[in-house]
Amino acid sequence: MATAAPPRKRKGKQQQLVGLLLYPLDWLEERSGIVGGVKWFLFRKVPRDSSWWHTLGSATLTAFLVQAGTGVILAMYYKPDPDKAYESIQHITSDLTLGWLVRGMHRWGASVFIILMFFHMARVFLFGAYKYPRELNWLVGAALLITGMLEGFTGYLLPWDQTAYWATVVGININASAPFLGPFIAQFLRGGAEIGADTLARWYALHMLLVPGALFGLIGLHLYLVARLGVSSPPWSRVAAGRERPPEEPNGRTGLTRGKRV
Amino acid sequence: MVETKGPAGPPHGPEPSLWPLGFAIGLTVTLVGLVIGSWSAAAVGAVVMVACGFVWMRDAMTGGDSTADAAAQTPGAVAVADDAEEDPELYRRGTFLGLATLGLGGVITGMVALPVAGFAVLPAFVDQGHDEVDIGPIEDYPEGDFVVATFLSNPEQGEVSRRTAYVRNNGLKDGLPSFTILSNRCVHLGCPVQVNGLSLEDQKQQVKIEGGPPVELTPTKAASGFGCPCHGGQYDTEGNRKAGPPVRALDRYRFLIRDGHLVLTEPYSVGEVDGTGSEAVIHAYDWVNPSVHVDGVEAILYPLEPPH
Repeated sequence: MATAAPPRKRKGKQQQLVGLLLYPLDWLEERSGIVGGVKWFLFRKVPRDSSWWHTLGSATLTAFLVQAGTGVILAMYYKPDPDKAYESIQHITSDLTLGWLVRGMHRWGASVFIILMFFHMARVFLFGAYKYPRELNWLVGAALLITGMLEGFTGYLLPWDQTAYWATVVGININASAPFLGPFIAQFLRGGAEIGADTLARWYALHMLLVPGALFGLIGLHLYLVARLGVSSPPWSRVAAGRERPPEEPNGRTGLTRGKRV
Repeated sequence: MVETKGPAGPPHGPEPSLWPLGFAIGLTVTLVGLVIGSWSAAAVGAVVMVACGFVWMRDAMTGGDSTADAAAQTPGAVAVADDAEEDPELYRRGTFLGLATLGLGGVITGMVALPVAGFAVLPAFVDQGHDEVDIGPIEDYPEGDFVVATFLSNPEQGEVSRRTAYVRNNGLKDGLPSFTILSNRCVHLGCPVQVNGLSLEDQKQQVKIEGGPPVELTPTKAASGFGCPCHGGQYDTEGNRKAGPPVRALDRYRFLIRDGHLVLTEPYSVGEVDGTGSEAVIHAYDWVNPSVHVDGVEAILYPLEPPH
């Protein structure tokens, strides 16, 4: 009896400590349901033979978050004015402490983001992971690819050097070559008949407000669908995916317009 | 045909009536009249308000039977009333409030979103125009060779509006000076074309312009045409496409001569040029974006050009 006492005491202490940690979470959960939400999103079952290939999506998300974080800080020093933009970039790169590093992360991270998107897309395609019921998420991913490229396109002008300027001239005129609406799209992108003082500020606003906002929204939708539908098994898998299938329905699939539950 | 379903009519409450609406309109007109100080409008509103209010109260107290009875005597009207009874959901308060919320929300959203969207798009399309640019006295343009002139097309915007033109003095034509003035923007995708020939950088000069920024002039020698560094488009000395991806001849500038100075007015696009120098016949079109066809069958793909 005397020997059993100390462990029980320790166990009581431990429980007390755990309770201390869990109490605020309980408080949150009771009022918001957020703990359950996070569990639903993060603690999912995945296929037993999911592999490193399945991490490409998370890698792309990480690259995007790096872009968002470094971009916000760069915006504190960048001046979207035709007379000052180039100098402000030089200032960031050469004068400001660690500016070279953060700008470099943003500049190279942009390429990493785009490349990872393509790798991720290739993985999903080759694994056949775009098939039922994940077709919608493939479409959202395609929209993300286009929006991500748009983000790269609008960001390329901002250094306001010769490469940036002429690449943007060419890019806008490629838009202009589209039949019927092309010249109108080009004029909207230029903010006028010619590239002028407003073009840079317009592209800055597109690059750091409009397009990233669209990216955040689409990523949210993408992740929601991933969590809802689960991760697919690789095509060579001999075991079922890590989530339970809904029970077979004797009369085939039911929906709002087809079939009827018996 | 007409079936009877339980007791006729609702068990309580007055019949639907339009008189309250008239009363509300009268009240509104009265108040607006008082606010804007129009006694006649206030009086008219007051009369409408009192009249509608009186009839409304009378109907409410008598139950408004007179109209309901009249309707009951015509079979068609009874059938309509029967339809309404069959679908009691049709005009429910909740449905009305839901639709009203959607409608009002739509109106408010439109009132906010339309001007904002207009502000995002319209400034790029209205009030577009070209300033006249004085590019110096015509004596600075020797006859027969191209001179590279760089100038600010809109000095208020600063360096971002710097443009380049290739200017060749063709001498006199019927006693009037003739110039060939080509825009340096490639009509493939807008890169700056370069002179295929000698560019005499050591003879570059700044020409001061009264009331404007200086113009930079660089003479050239023995130009055989122009080439684009981006995608290899080649043009002859009249701007006609010789090779590569461009879809028409180089754009040109309209010009006039004022007090002995060459003044550029506005750019225009060119399908092709027959002949050379002062004898050239230019197939001119309004200015269009690079890569846009102005002639040939492809031109039907570009029926509209935004205002420049």
